[in-house]
Amino acid sequence: MTDARASFISAAALLAARDLRLALRRAGDSLLPLAFFLVITTLFPLSLDPSLSLLRDIAPAALWVGALLSSLLALDLLFRDDGQDGTLEQLALCGQPFAGLLLAKTVVHWCLTGFPLVLVAPLAATALGAPTAAMPGILAAVLLGTVALSLIGAVGAGLTLTLRRNGSLLALLVLPLAVPVLIFGARASALAIAGESPAAPLYLLAAFAVLAATLAPWALAAAVRIGLE
Amino acid sequence: MTITAENLHLWRGEAHVLRGVSFSVRAGECLQVTGANGSGKTTLLRALCGLSPLEEGRVSWRGADIAADLPAYHGELAYLGHDNGLKGDLTAAENLRYAVGLRRRVSRDEISAALARAGVDAARGIPLRRLSAGQRRRVALARLPLMGAALWLLDEPGSNLDAAGQSLLAQLLGEHTSAGGVAVVATHQALELPSNAQRSVSLQ
Repeated sequence: MTDARASFISAAALLAARDLRLALRRAGDSLLPLAFFLVITTLFPLSLDPSLSLLRDIAPAALWVGALLSSLLALDLLFRDDGQDGTLEQLALCGQPFAGLLLAKTVVHWCLTGFPLVLVAPLAATALGAPTAAMPGILAAVLLGTVALSLIGAVGAGLTLTLRRNGSLLALLVLPLAVPVLIFGARASALAIAGESPAAPLYLLAAFAVLAATLAPWALAAAVRIGLE
Repeated sequence: MTITAENLHLWRGEAHVLRGVSFSVRAGECLQVTGANGSGKTTLLRALCGLSPLEEGRVSWRGADIAADLPAYHGELAYLGHDNGLKGDLTAAENLRYAVGLRRRVSRDEISAALARAGVDAARGIPLRRLSAGQRRRVALARLPLMGAALWLLDEPGSNLDAAGQSLLAQLLGEHTSAGGVAVVATHQALELPSNAQRSVSLQ
């Protein structure tokens, strides 16, 4: 009964490997937010007058509302199954730092649902008339923004863990907290599209992502523990 | 190595579920907690785990309040709840590798031996959702000895098990207590354990 304990790093890596394997076996669930993002951003140019200047004007808003809504859609996947089958309880009781394990789960969740948005953001931005020169700025903004959205959303998902129909409440909790991401992300994208430097809103977005990464794990662990009571 | 519950009180809304529950279970002992449905057995076990905060009273392990160092306490405890804590999309072997690997390194041979012992070796490569409820419970039981925990807290561990499964559970508990482990088992029907160190407490 005194076997050497697994280190936190190996436990977190194992949990990440488990979640990746589960996602591969249920690939449809992980691809749904990406498909939603692509549909949203494609519908805008189809439903508007095909004037390039108009498309460029609405491109930041379309990109960021799409990213925000698809990240909200993906949050349902984060803890739902683990909460229902008792594996979240086992995580809380495995003796490893719970906040760290939940952060590992959130990182995997971002890799599966946030990072694909970063990859397709240039495609969506091109469909919305953004010039090639704007792509680095847009990519950086979507990268930082999706990280912040995943972390904020994870706390909301933890708080609504035990609610049967948690979608509406989750949106009500997360959307107000995501407003800074929306503002700075859209501003950075707009500046990049206009050919100006997006550095200032990108710095603010990065600061927000770092703040979320610092505080979210503890808030998340507390939220999930309340859900497990 | 003793787990002690002192004057535990816990409310669920208006219901006073735990009313001053006290007991002590030493190394090599198995305490069976019996009681009717709704008497608070699950609540008691979750309070012993530290999952449900108490309004009054305290739980101590090895003489120290569990709240003082919850992660260290959790590292010594194996909990089996109503849910098995296993993933339906993973195979039995994968489930054990991931569940046990969070605590300690575990080899394929250990996993194979545990599954064979639990009588589910033939199902080792099959996703759990394709197994029967009893087989899934056996996989969950196979996890217990692999965890290397000194304290077992089991909530209705015999649910969905056939006679052979009940016998396996009794053997596992007997071996655990014989090796100096501590077990608290909540059940609405008393288990027939071979251990001579078993005691019981009934919740009203």
